[in-house]
Amino acid sequence: MDIDLQLLMKVAAYLGGGLAIGFGAIGAAIGEGHIAAQANRALSENPKISGDIVKTMLVGQAVAESAAIFALVIAVLLLFLQVPTPTLLKAAALVGAGLSMGLGALGSGIGSGMPAAGACRGIAKQPELMGRMTVTMLLGAAVCQTPAILSMVVALMLMFINFGDAEVLKAAWLLSAGLCMGLGAIGSGVGSGMPAGEACSGMVRQPDLTGRLTATMLVGSAVCQTPAILSMVVALMLMFVQFGDITPLKAMALFGAGLCMGLGAIGSGMGSGHPAGEACKGMSRQPNVTGQLTANMLVGSAVTQTPAIFAMVVALMLMFINFGDLPFNPTWAAFLGAALSTGLGAIGSGYGCGLAAGASCEGIARHPRNVTSVTTIMLVGQAVAQTPVIFGLLISFVLMFKVFPETALLSPAMALLSAGLCMGFGAIGSGLGNGMTAEGGVRWVARQVSYATLLMRIMLVGQAVSQSTAIYAMVISLVLIFVI
Amino acid sequence: MEIEGVDLVNSAAYLGAGIAMGLGAIGPGVGEGMVGAKACEAIGRNPQEAALLTRTMLVGQAVSESTGIYSLVIALLLLFVV
Repeated sequence: MDIDLQLLMKVAAYLGGGLAIGFGAIGAAIGEGHIAAQANRALSENPKISGDIVKTMLVGQAVAESAAIFALVIAVLLLFLQVPTPTLLKAAALVGAGLSMGLGALGSGIGSGMPAAGACRGIAKQPELMGRMTVTMLLGAAVCQTPAILSMVVALMLMFINFGDAEVLKAAWLLSAGLCMGLGAIGSGVGSGMPAGEACSGMVRQPDLTGRLTATMLVGSAVCQTPAILSMVVALMLMFVQFGDITPLKAMALFGAGLCMGLGAIGSGMGSGHPAGEACKGMSRQPNVTGQLTANMLVGSAVTQTPAIFAMVVALMLMFINFGDLPFNPTWAAFLGAALSTGLGAIGSGYGCGLAAGASCEGIARHPRNVTSVTTIMLVGQAVAQTPVIFGLLISFVLMFKVFPETALLSPAMALLSAGLCMGFGAIGSGLGNGMTAEGGVRWVARQVSYATLLMRIMLVGQAVSQSTAIYAMVISLVLIFVI
Repeated sequence: MEIEGVDLVNSAAYLGAGIAMGLGAIGPGVGEGMVGAKACEAIGRNPQEAALLTRTMLVGQAVSESTGIYSLVIALLLLFVV
């Protein structure tokens, strides 16, 4: 095949630019709309200070806008980029840069709307707190921008580092590096908005607690960044590690590694916003249980990170295990399936665990004496909510380590890819559903601790039934792998 | 790689089975989770009615399960019958 490389460069750059601003504009617009909606509500509550509210709205919107502006800058750079030595590799890197920036700006835009929305409402209730609230709002929104900034760094690296032209196959994992960073930033951006929003609301109830609320907000949002940082680590590895002898099969494994980590980070990032947000809210209700709330928030969000870590384990295995000379067809599909199974599966469990952790912080704030029972049911509920992603991990391991006989046919490969898709998608619903049930159970154990045993039983029964569809998906996956 | 008629049809059937079961499992999973959450809330509010509430939860979840079972049936049909 004869490709005009100069022309290909343009195609890739324009495609990347479109992806960057197309995705990147979504989040900021939603975030700003949220701010404006809350500002209007605040105006109707306290029209006398309309000037202050509108000013806060505009400042908040400007910060939320920055995620889209990063995306705009990358898009414009891509449109006018001059590449001295055009290669196929560079083309993939440019599309990857667009994906990284565009997807990465999505979450930050949505997330940074929450602190400003909270601040507008808060100022309407307590106008004299405007100065302090603006500081907390800006700090919170700045942390929300972190994932977008990480994505921009990766995008700029993909655009301006010269990757040489030695290995054409490397195109696959440069593209994947961009996808990994972009997808991985979505959850963290949204998640870190929740504590910032609740910290602003909390200051209205307890103006004296500003310092402690801001500190908790920062700790909580820092934990929310973990999945984005894991994604960045994997993206940087994909860009810079020398993987030795590269076969087409290894290229597919590396592509899968980025996809798995990126998808797997979404749920945990969004989920860990819930405990952090509820901890900030709870502190403003019960300032004397600050320590317990922080401890519970950290335990809850640590468990919430597990699915993202599973995704990272699968990504690292795909990167560093030497799969020797397995036949390309159908093993390529097995690797892609392995990546999708854990990556997609982690979304539901990650978010679900976050819901349970959030409910526990809320419950402890209401009834601090019930902390032991609440933490116990939270951990049980979270453990059950992990089950779907563990099914996903199991299918990933089978797909990675079973040796599939060489074939010239397409259908055995499609069966393996389909097994990964089936388990991955199938785990999303059960993970989320289990998390919702756990949220209900935890919340009501906090309120009715004398019925803790009964509530635990009903929670487990509810979760077990909600698990069933993930089990169907696992059965179909196993049939696709072993029977077909 | 030569792709022939039967192989292509099989490929589509396998992919279709995975997508049907995978996407089809999302709805019931979330829906049953909602039912479970509300059952916990209802029992928390009114523990005396636990037996009635548990029964209602299970009936509600069973109905919500049905679309998951439809997906399972279609997936099995695609794999073994069609």
